[in-house]
Amino acid sequence: MSDPNNPENPGRRARGELESDVLATLWAADGPLTARQVMERLPGDLAYTTVLTILSRLYDKGMLVRHREGRGFAYAPVRDEASHTARRMRSLLEEGSDREAVLTRFVSELSAQDEQLLHQLLAAHEARGEGPDGKR
Amino acid sequence: MLISVYVPFAVTALLTLLAPRLARGLSPRPAAWALACAALVTAVGWTGSLALLAFTGVAQIPQVAAEGHWSASALRAEDPVYLVVAAVSALVLTASVASLGVAAVRQVRLVVRARRECAALPGDTELAVLDDDTPVAFALPGSPGRIVVSQGMLRRLTDEERAALLAHERAHLRGRHHLFLALWRLAAAANPLLRPLAGTGAFVLERWADEEAATRVGDRPVVAHAVGRAALASTGAARPALAATGGEVPQRVRALLAPPPARRRMPFLVGALLLTMCCTSLANAASDSDRMVDTAERARCAELLISASTPPVGDHRHGPGFCRCPHHRGERESVAYR
Repeated sequence: MSDPNNPENPGRRARGELESDVLATLWAADGPLTARQVMERLPGDLAYTTVLTILSRLYDKGMLVRHREGRGFAYAPVRDEASHTARRMRSLLEEGSDREAVLTRFVSELSAQDEQLLHQLLAAHEARGEGPDGKR
Repeated sequence: MLISVYVPFAVTALLTLLAPRLARGLSPRPAAWALACAALVTAVGWTGSLALLAFTGVAQIPQVAAEGHWSASALRAEDPVYLVVAAVSALVLTASVASLGVAAVRQVRLVVRARRECAALPGDTELAVLDDDTPVAFALPGSPGRIVVSQGMLRRLTDEERAALLAHERAHLRGRHHLFLALWRLAAAANPLLRPLAGTGAFVLERWADEEAATRVGDRPVVAHAVGRAALASTGAARPALAATGGEVPQRVRALLAPPPARRRMPFLVGALLLTMCCTSLANAASDSDRMVDTAERARCAELLISASTPPVGDHRHGPGFCRCPHHRGERESVAYR
């Protein structure tokens, strides 16, 4: 079993962070993923066994479902169809202007001008061949 | 007292003008700390100066003077503060304290609610995913804090951009950025002049998290694209209107597409100088005010001695402690004589 904090791991990400990364990857995917597929999608050079460990830990916590695929398993997140949590979070976000003092959101609202400007910025950057798509 | 009591106001006004302009281009982490110090010091300076000004006015009210055992007329003679100024200060101070109290109560309520929601989130992983197509991502402080992201947001980002998003929110939680926000919010409640500074602070925190994410991911453009795409995805989503945040996302993206901000010393030195001035002036004004009351107490002592037509015992330089002895007898007379 590999240690997630070993020096070969470039990001030296903690276990909790790896769990988040794996969980995010599975939620973003179109269907269930095998450990190898998850590994390929995660940035950095994670060991296969590390990914496997994280997947089975998340499965044990009841956050993933899995089914046999080939010699291993394919994993998918447990859906929250009733979406109770989503509704609660939405109401928290709509708590008036006070929420700004507690919640740090990833992005703030864009004005129409901002939107245009943003398109230009990103397009100009990609046109120079420096975008994430052009680079790798 | 004449000038020093007004210095904190001048410093506050100057910082209100300068800080939003300067802080945006600086290295965000030290800038956030500097803005936090600035907010704290100017809020204390502001209320302190108002309190001193208000006090000099209140202290001239005969009843208050009698209660405090000092001479109202001596205070009035010595004190250069106009009564109007003192009255306005008292009003503003009352408003400031009331507004601070209201803001503090709301803040506490919101923090309690956020912590409760944080604890109620399913699972014990750092990341809580909302089964919702609306793109949303934020850091929810608690013990431990959680990163809340909707599936809609995760699906709209590439593998690397997702890592950038998580690193960004992680930076908010690890840096305890909600405490900075609370400090700025309360400071701005006590003194509305600090609102631009608070707004700048919120922006600087986003920049701090962006820069930390860029370091973690090792790729600035990836973070820029993550921010840009998340923002573009979020427009049109049902969200409450936000005020005064216009232009922030493009600024962040532009900063990330440029090289990291250079370390500059000058603005921090100027800020430190201003804040030191604010502190020393307030201390100076406070000690002046203290000395003034001492003098008024001595004057009162002299008044009492004369009004009671007691032969002067010793000189006028007795401290207030000595003069307090004959007060009970002399108090009524001196008030009546006025």
